[in-house]
Amino acid sequence: MSQLPHQFETQLTQIREMLLLMAGLAERNITNAMRALDTRDTPLADTVEADDAEIDRLEISVDEMVINYMATHAPVARDCRFMLAASKISSNLERIGDQATTIARRVRDLNREPMLNARVDIPSMVRHAQEMLRGSITAFIDAEVDAVPGIVERDHQVDEINRQVIRAMTQEMVNEPATVARALCMIVIAKALERVADHAKNIAEEAFYLHRGEDIRHERGLKDGRTGI
Amino acid sequence: MNAPTDEKIPVQPVPAGQAADPAPPRAAIEIEKLDFSYGDFKVLHNVTLNLPANAVTAFIGPSGCGKTTLLRCINRMNDLIPGAGIRAGQVRIHGVDIYGENVDVIELRKRVGMVFQKSNPFPKSIYDNITYGLKIHGIKKRSVLDEAVERSLRQAGLWDEVKDRLPSSGLGLSGGQQQRLCIARAIAVQPEIVLMDEPCSALDPIATARIEELIYDLRKQFTIAIVTHNMQQAGRCSDHTAFFYLGKLIEFDKTEKIFTNPAHQKTEDYISGRFG
Repeated sequence: MSQLPHQFETQLTQIREMLLLMAGLAERNITNAMRALDTRDTPLADTVEADDAEIDRLEISVDEMVINYMATHAPVARDCRFMLAASKISSNLERIGDQATTIARRVRDLNREPMLNARVDIPSMVRHAQEMLRGSITAFIDAEVDAVPGIVERDHQVDEINRQVIRAMTQEMVNEPATVARALCMIVIAKALERVADHAKNIAEEAFYLHRGEDIRHERGLKDGRTGI
Repeated sequence: MNAPTDEKIPVQPVPAGQAADPAPPRAAIEIEKLDFSYGDFKVLHNVTLNLPANAVTAFIGPSGCGKTTLLRCINRMNDLIPGAGIRAGQVRIHGVDIYGENVDVIELRKRVGMVFQKSNPFPKSIYDNITYGLKIHGIKKRSVLDEAVERSLRQAGLWDEVKDRLPSSGLGLSGGQQQRLCIARAIAVQPEIVLMDEPCSALDPIATARIEELIYDLRKQFTIAIVTHNMQQAGRCSDHTAFFYLGKLIEFDKTEKIFTNPAHQKTEDYISGRFG
C-alpha cells in the first residue's frame, strides 16, 4: 500500500494552521475592542482596525490555498468537505474581524463623549460570543462536534440579549435625548456582537458538516417553514 | 453449483418508462453471495450486489481487488480461463441464473456486451465492424444492417465523423474514435447490458470526455457497469459506485454519497488517494 505523499497532508495542515491563526486574531481583536470600551482606551481601539488587515490578508491566503488544492488534488469526501468548510470558515472569521473593527470605531466615538450609564448586559454578549467562537474552532480542529448543537442554541440567547439592549437603549433615548448618539453606538456594538455570535454559529455548523457529513444549517427555519430574516 | 434448468436468458429490452420509476430502482443484475477463484486463489469473497437497470454503476478499488473479475462474471467471460470459476453464489439477470446449465452463453453475450480497456476493432471496414455481430446472429438483409450501422454509430456519437468513409478500415480511426467504434459494435446487437473495463484508460482527456458523455447518454437505453481507476470519471459518469477491497465489496451506494460522505473509512481513504 503506497503512502500518502507528504505534500498532500502538509497543505491540509497549513490551511488548518492558517485558520487557527485567523481565529486567534479575530478573538484578540474582539477582546481588544471590548477592553477599549471598558477602559475608554482609544489608542487600543485604533490597533484593532490596524490588526484587521492581517485577518484580511489571511483570508485571501486561505482561499488561494483552497483553490490550488482543489485544482491540483481534486479532493473528494472529507477532503472535499474540508475545502468547502475552510473557505467558508475563513470568510466567517474575516467578518468577525470586521465586526471587531466596527466595535472599535464606535468605541472611539463613545470615548469622545461622557460615559453612558446604561444598564445593559454587553459583557454577557461578549462572553457568549467568544466562547461560541472558541467552541466552534475546537469543533472544527478537534472534531468535537457534540458541542455544536449547544453553540447553535446559544446563538438564540445572544439574539435575545441584543433585543434587550435595543429596548433599553431606545428607552434611554426617549428618557434622555442627549444620549441619542451614545445609545445608537451601544446598539451598533450590541448588533456587532450578535453578528459575531452568528458567524461563530456558522463556523460550528461547517465543522459539523465537515466531521459528520450532515448539513444542519437553517434547521429550525426549514422545520417551521420560515425563510428570510 | 446450481441445479440444471431449461431457462433462457431474458431478451426483453427494458420497457420504456420503467427507467424513470421512483426508488428503489429495479435491479437488472443481481449478484448474490458470489465467490470466485482462479484455481485455488480466491479473488471474490461473498459479493452481494444489485446493479440497477438503466443506470451506470462504477466498480472502483485498488488493482487486484476483483472488480474486473466481477465484471467478467456478468457475461461469463471468465469461462474462457482454465481453472477459474464461481465457487459459490449466483449472478442473475432479471431473476435468471446466468450460470444455469442450459443457459446459451452466446445468447448471453449478445444480451451483455463488453468494451475493453484497449480499443480492439476488427481489421475490417467500419461498416463490417458494426455488422459483424449481427451477421453472426443470422441477420443478412442489407437494409436492416444499414439501419443498424447508422443507429449504432449515431448512439456512439461517431456517425458524423465516419458516415462518408464506412468502407474504410476501422484501424484507420484515432484511438478515441476506435473506442467509440467498439462501443458502437457492442450496442449494434442491441444488448440490454454493456460492461466497460477501463474504457478510457488509453485515451487523451478530450477523447475521454467524449466517451464519458456517451456513457452518460447510453444509460437511457442500457444498463452499464464500468470498471475504472479514475475516481473523477466514476464521480462524473456513474449513478452508483461499488468499492471493492481485497475481493470484498466494502461499500455500494449512490455515487454522490460515496464521493461526498462515504460510510466506510476504507472507502474514504481510497477515493481520497490515501492508499491504492
